[in-house]
Amino acid sequence: MNLAYRDIRHKLGRFLLTCVGLGLLLGVVLAMIGIYRGLVVDALTIARAPAVDLWVVEANTRGPFAEASRIPGDLREAVARIAGVTAAGSITYQTVEAEHQGGKLRLYVIGYELTRPGGPPEIAEGRDIARSHYEMAADRSSGLTLGERIRIGRRTFTVVGLTRNQVNSGGDPAVYITLADAQKLQFELAPAAARVQLARGTSSSSLNTVNAVVARLHPNASPDATAATIRRWKHLAAITQDDQELILSRSLVDRARRQIGLFTSLLLVVSAVIIALIIYTMTMEKLKQIATLKLIGAPDRTIIGMIVQQAMALGLIGFAIGATLIIGIKDYFPRRVVLEPDNVAVLGVIVFVVCLLSSGLGVRAALRVDPATALGG
Amino acid sequence: MAEQESDTPLVRLDGISKHFGEGETRVDALRDVSLEVFPRQVVALLGPSGSGKTTLLNIIGCILDPSAGAMELDGELVLHEGQWQRRDLRRLRLEKIGFIFQFHNLLPFLDATDNVAIVLQLAGADRGTARRRAGDLLDDLEIGHRKYAMPAKLSGGEAQRVAIARALANSPRIILADEPTAALDSKRAGIVMDLLRNLAVERDAAIIAVTHDEKIFDRFDRIFHLRDGQLADT
Repeated sequence: MNLAYRDIRHKLGRFLLTCVGLGLLLGVVLAMIGIYRGLVVDALTIARAPAVDLWVVEANTRGPFAEASRIPGDLREAVARIAGVTAAGSITYQTVEAEHQGGKLRLYVIGYELTRPGGPPEIAEGRDIARSHYEMAADRSSGLTLGERIRIGRRTFTVVGLTRNQVNSGGDPAVYITLADAQKLQFELAPAAARVQLARGTSSSSLNTVNAVVARLHPNASPDATAATIRRWKHLAAITQDDQELILSRSLVDRARRQIGLFTSLLLVVSAVIIALIIYTMTMEKLKQIATLKLIGAPDRTIIGMIVQQAMALGLIGFAIGATLIIGIKDYFPRRVVLEPDNVAVLGVIVFVVCLLSSGLGVRAALRVDPATALGG
Repeated sequence: MAEQESDTPLVRLDGISKHFGEGETRVDALRDVSLEVFPRQVVALLGPSGSGKTTLLNIIGCILDPSAGAMELDGELVLHEGQWQRRDLRRLRLEKIGFIFQFHNLLPFLDATDNVAIVLQLAGADRGTARRRAGDLLDDLEIGHRKYAMPAKLSGGEAQRVAIARALANSPRIILADEPTAALDSKRAGIVMDLLRNLAVERDAAIIAVTHDEKIFDRFDRIFHLRDGQLADT
């Protein structure tokens, strides 16, 4: 007969409650892993969205995400003519706060040229921007809906398309507008301010400024070689896509990533200690029964089997509850929680190992029990 | 009283000693104890607290290492000059000894039948056979109507009967009882002792009980008095 199963069945309610408690704890661990992964994925999302090979930015900067970058918009033509470049597009990035439903809505505005690289990777609902002005493709996480009108700066935009999971490293939803609109939003002064500048004689700044020019290369072209060619130009820096992603993950979100990573590790350690304590306590409660089993002739393997099987059942059920819970609610988190099957599998293996090691403590205590303790009160 | 004693004792102790600690902290729990218990005998170990009764019971039950002496159980020399002659003492207990506890010690997560059947399964019986034989034993002890009850649902007397059935499951010829009636009222204590006496006779077994229960003294064939670790009186 399976003693572990019989013991669990005998105290099923209590065992399941323990499993639920452990499940919640493991759910939090899984959520933290998901948040950690989400942070990294979010940081890379905007950089990956245009699907380009090169980022041309202001000289001596690592823009446009890690550092500010401003370059003339007409540089796009020059970049497009470089050998190996198949397409190039100018692009701007800007964070704005807009009024929405009585509150402030932070948006990450991306300006791009409609027929060139830099636009949204895909439209989940609605259509792409078709007009030169005042249309917008917004991410679903912004809460904006198709056909909704929203005022940004001094202009009102209509949402014509919705994207999915397009947020910046801070979690702000991205909205795509035309480059011309974005340049006006970013660089055009209000009429009163413009008159002041005109009076000062300093109003000659051009609106045709962008944050970066992105370029797609021919499959046979080397990004590094092309970047080196561009760097040879004065006042320009060129960053390959791989380097841009490295800057984003290592530099831009590095502290946050390490912070969450450390907290997740601590949470794992706490979980391991709690699992060990639960299993140890479960065993300590059964010492008299274990002594009786020993006295009536049960071999060690029977007792070890009972403890290890219960520990495994606890870990398995707790993990299943935690994983189900987090997979069920992860989409309701304010920021993206990315749980890949390998994350879940790795935590499953960790829980398995922790349960095995923790049951070792219980087994050690059980094997030390003197069968004579079954005698007497 | 046992009607007839065979010549071969089921339990024979020869010069059993046990001490705890060394030097100034040394405590002699048992000193040169020798005794014999024959089939069909029901014997009691009596003595004040600390006299060595439980230590002696533990040594006979092969759960405590003696410091010196020899012991034969059911004709087999299991201890010689303070050294166990069998490596697997748990198996030895399973084969030769049944235990009855003061507080029945039934496993709370098994029903009455499985509490008895587990001993048979540990000895190698398959589940079906073990449960069938356990059921028969419970019927023999007139507790068959409670065979599916969990220990928490049994009265003290019923639980002790199930515990006795468990002790008898592997048909051991030596049954060690630690205060078997301490948790029972005098009526039930008498019933349990009568039951043990009958079993000793029917199964040709020997029963050794540690007890303080004066109301059951008349149920024993022999009473060994222990005082300061020595057999003082028989």
